[in-house]
Amino acid sequence: MTISFFYDVGLAVLILGVGTTTIFAHTAFAAVIAFVVYGLLLAIAWVRLAAVDVALTEAAIGGGLTGMLLLGAVARLRHAKVDDIRTGLPVRLVAGVLCALIAAGLASAILLPPAVIPTLAPMVMENLAQSGLGNPVAGVLFVYRALDTLLEKVVVLLALLGVWSLAPDSAWGGIPALRVYARPNATLTFLAQLLPPLGIVVGVYMCWVGAKEPGGAFQGGAILAAMWLLVMIAGLESPPSIGRPWLRLLLVVGPALFLAIGLAGFLLANAFLAYPPGYAKPMIVAVEIALTLSIAVALGMLAAGPPERVRQQ
Amino acid sequence: MPDATVLPDATTAGGVLLVLAIVLPVTSVLLSLALGGRQVERIACVLMPCGLGVAFIIFADVWRSGERLTYIVGDWTPPLGIALRADGLSAAMMVTIAIVVCAVGAFAHADFNTRAAAVETRAPFVFWVMLIAIWGAMNMIFLGGDLFTLYVALELLTFAAVPLVCLDGRAETLQAALRYLLFALLGSILYLVGTALLYGSYGTLDIVLLSRRIHLEPATLAAATLMTVGLFAKTALFPLHLWLPPAHAGAPAAASAVLSAVVVKGSFFLVVRLWFDAMPGTLGSAGAQLIGALGAAAIVFGSVVALRQQRLKLLIAYSTVAQIGYLFLMFPLAFDTVSAQLQSAGALTGGMLQAISHATAKAAMFMAAGLIYAALGHDRIAELGGIAQALPMTVFAFALGGVSLIGLPPSGGFLAKWLLLEAAVVTGQWWWAMVMLAGGLFTSGYMFMVLSRALVPAHEPLKLKTIVPRYQQAAALTLALASLLSGLVALGPVDVFQAGRPEAMMVGSR
Amino acid sequence: MNAATLFGLCGAALVGFGLYGLVTNPEPLRKVLAFNLLGSGVFLVFGAISKRAAAAGLGGDPVPQAMVITAIVVAFAATAMAIALVLRLLEETGRATLSSDGPGGTSTDGGNS
Repeated sequence: MTISFFYDVGLAVLILGVGTTTIFAHTAFAAVIAFVVYGLLLAIAWVRLAAVDVALTEAAIGGGLTGMLLLGAVARLRHAKVDDIRTGLPVRLVAGVLCALIAAGLASAILLPPAVIPTLAPMVMENLAQSGLGNPVAGVLFVYRALDTLLEKVVVLLALLGVWSLAPDSAWGGIPALRVYARPNATLTFLAQLLPPLGIVVGVYMCWVGAKEPGGAFQGGAILAAMWLLVMIAGLESPPSIGRPWLRLLLVVGPALFLAIGLAGFLLANAFLAYPPGYAKPMIVAVEIALTLSIAVALGMLAAGPPERVRQQ
Repeated sequence: MPDATVLPDATTAGGVLLVLAIVLPVTSVLLSLALGGRQVERIACVLMPCGLGVAFIIFADVWRSGERLTYIVGDWTPPLGIALRADGLSAAMMVTIAIVVCAVGAFAHADFNTRAAAVETRAPFVFWVMLIAIWGAMNMIFLGGDLFTLYVALELLTFAAVPLVCLDGRAETLQAALRYLLFALLGSILYLVGTALLYGSYGTLDIVLLSRRIHLEPATLAAATLMTVGLFAKTALFPLHLWLPPAHAGAPAAASAVLSAVVVKGSFFLVVRLWFDAMPGTLGSAGAQLIGALGAAAIVFGSVVALRQQRLKLLIAYSTVAQIGYLFLMFPLAFDTVSAQLQSAGALTGGMLQAISHATAKAAMFMAAGLIYAALGHDRIAELGGIAQALPMTVFAFALGGVSLIGLPPSGGFLAKWLLLEAAVVTGQWWWAMVMLAGGLFTSGYMFMVLSRALVPAHEPLKLKTIVPRYQQAAALTLALASLLSGLVALGPVDVFQAGRPEAMMVGSR
Repeated sequence: MNAATLFGLCGAALVGFGLYGLVTNPEPLRKVLAFNLLGSGVFLVFGAISKRAAAAGLGGDPVPQAMVITAIVVAFAATAMAIALVLRLLEETGRATLSSDGPGGTSTDGGNS
């Protein structure tokens, strides 16, 4: 029973407590605030689980960007009429029993591990040196299971197009109506002038270092997106209109480069998404840089929402 | 045929086609986003014949060799890497979906013409990109050999399908899209937790490796149950079907056709992959009967509610709920109590043929309903009188689609039901035969209801709101004919469904 | 009981709570919040599985970690789409509600418009 065990127990209890507040809070606002706190606590939990890459992603995307999205939604929904329907007690009881059963099933799967715990870690490490990477998670993402990462990038692009499709016909090609909250000379304006240079450096560093240490395209891209959103919310920059060619090109450059390198694998290595020996690391870093740009733009525009204003001519 | 269980996983000749089947749609999506909305229809028109060609070549290859095609992505064999595999089921479904998507593409040119405006417009741009993305996602689902890759493909399918539901922007369709999205997300996350448990127990998510390592234990059963429930939510199997009727009925005609015919088949295919390939032998007799019972409930419920509908598109949507029930009847019928395993012969072929004939027939029916709506300005069934004289080709297409759903020869629906009934007789499960016969009666009921109103001659020729282009009617009729004639596969390629199946699971061959 | 088991159990509990919230809460925004909770619970289960499979000098098995990163990004995209739908519904109708109860609710069938 070391001190770190008590720390872990305390963290887990806190996470459960804040998590249940998210579900059972009376107002949506309280629930969302609890959720943001929950996201940050989860990031610490991930560090305790020795998954620093995941902790970075959770803090940036799961806690940060999702929290921002939800806070914006709660602010707009505050003026909405709320139906006073509550789900009936029998439905809640049945749902409660089913959920308890499912949770119990998962818990027993955790508490009763198989006799020999299967793991792919040795196989990952054996082959990692071949690609020149030092970060095993980057190895899985870009070398062994690169197809998943490529498809996931397309998923994000499709979600963005789906969000854009919700615009009224007249506003297509216009500017997302990201709510601007700043008054002149307010703290937000000050922060939006101070933080982005630091944030950009951190984001670029995180993308660059991801080949050797925890980090990578997703984490770096999320931070860049957050800085861009900060500048837009403070009113210092206006969101781009969605039809802009540079916007579309930046969105596509990451997956396009990834796909091109994958197809080049037919000629240079001997399979799709295979890397020629000795050139793997530079190609992966190039893909990561392009992906960071695309992810930053995509996540930023996802958080900005569908276009609502026609661009001013 | 060599014993598939000890062959090492390696890229087979022709495996490159599998990569092409995925890369072509992905490239088209990226090009469309980059080049902008006015080019997207042109890109889709180039993609459709190429994709259709690739699907046909894969089908021919698998049928002739009788073995599955494999491609090892990145030259890393599973469990470290990902494999793409095309067996008979994949090849048949790929060809069907390619045909349906091409027909829908031809049909949609009238409603979503990108060349009509000088600038990029919302609805056409979104429609074409989503159509291409749905096709790519379906190909990935049919070819994916790793459960996590299949999760990503499922999410791709959901994100491409949801915007199609609310494409016209009305409040009811927005609500239907939100409900669909929430159900679909619930389904994906349940699927994901199942994959977590499976990885925790076996250290791999590759389907072929899992089938060798799986043994019956509580964690595996829990994982399989959760994944199946999640996939049921996405396939709208009773009682998780609430989202489907408003979503499919509210979408524009071409979108409804794609949603009902193509999208629901994706999660259905994964249920088949999961139980027949990844975990053979873990579905107990009780589990199989339970799945069949849910299917039967879907058939009865969907058909009864369809009979009460007053609007044509809602009737067709409820008919989809009922027909999805048929697909799941193949589980108890494929279950062999002697070996306590799911067998791969007649019932599997019947179920997949049912999926194929439903896909083509339902797409034709939704396209026909869309044309009727455009012509009359409404789709109230009671007031369809005279439409058969005004749009004979359209009503004929609708009727042929219905013939396939009812299961009259020589349609694919007939062959599917025949195979399923045969399996029911052979395994002595006569109650499923009764369910199928009842379902056929119900289907005839609501088809008759619509056709009798449509065939009533009007006192004076109907004034149509818009001129319905010939090629749209031809597209609907082509699909309906395809569905009608798909029963003729019994003369030839029906044994393709057995191609690439593990030796141990086959019980005779046709 | 080590960190892996502890956080795995925490994740299992979060899955239960998140699922309950998704099914029973009638407001769409609360459903989206519950979905995020449910998702993060599933990811914690993945994390527990990764930690207990630590080997070869690593703190955890990197394959599940990579899967979680992918899934976090996908979940964010899903949340963005759901929120955009809710806000658009709010604009169109002035209320953000699924008029019949959502997943697990009663049937609305038989009606036509």
